[in-house]
Amino acid sequence: MASKSIKLKAKAENGETTVKALIKHPMETGRRKDKETGEAIPIHYIQEVSCSYQGEPVLTAEWGPTISKNPFMSFTFTGGAAGETIELSWKDNKGGSESASATIK
Amino acid sequence: MNTNMKRRLFLKASLATGAVGMAVGTGLLMPGDVLAARTVAAFNAESVDGAVKEGMGSDAMTDSAEITLDIPDNPENGAVVPVSVATTLTGVQSIALLVEKNAKPLCGIFYPGKRMKPALSIRVKVGESADVIAVVKSGDKLYSARKAVKVTIGGCG
Repeated sequence: MASKSIKLKAKAENGETTVKALIKHPMETGRRKDKETGEAIPIHYIQEVSCSYQGEPVLTAEWGPTISKNPFMSFTFTGGAAGETIELSWKDNKGGSESASATIK
Repeated sequence: MNTNMKRRLFLKASLATGAVGMAVGTGLLMPGDVLAARTVAAFNAESVDGAVKEGMGSDAMTDSAEITLDIPDNPENGAVVPVSVATTLTGVQSIALLVEKNAKPLCGIFYPGKRMKPALSIRVKVGESADVIAVVKSGDKLYSARKAVKVTIGGCG
């Protein structure tokens, strides 16, 4: 599944799989102002992220706007083998969402 | 631009932020009710204790040497501070990351599934030099660890 905002990689080694995810998102806190107009930039951030391995939830997370812009996250789970798939999806406070899957290497 | 105009803009801007804040607070901005009311309160809390209490059910934390926080001492740019948290505690139910002096300290709460090792890396914003705090819930008890981080450019403006 192609996704514009998510770069997802997973590598299996010694019975463990390491997942690395890079998501393209502005993660606006709602506290910044546009330098030219002085208008507040509306709050816009990812609230929910979930990752699953072969349909089984591995990690779910709730984020606030203080996660950095273009969030990067990595973690490891036991099991997983080359050729199997993992999935990651996110939802933001404006109703946006996206999901992506990757084959474990 | 004369002073009057500037004041107008400032008023407009602060009114706008106020309205957004209120909308989030009252749950008006939650499309499809994604988040439970409990978590919304945690992310809106303005103190570490408040956020932990709302997000993890209690604010009684014990310092633990079984949690390690790996963060550069002087990350300079507060907008992108890499944080790695890991714990040797077992039966981890959730891991929260907070930055003490941010206007809203809670950055995120992570719920590891059965397979996941209780460790992760992420990047957070640090508004001014402050302690970064990790809180781990294990066996319905809370354990915490903290590390001071010095930033030269704040990351929340």
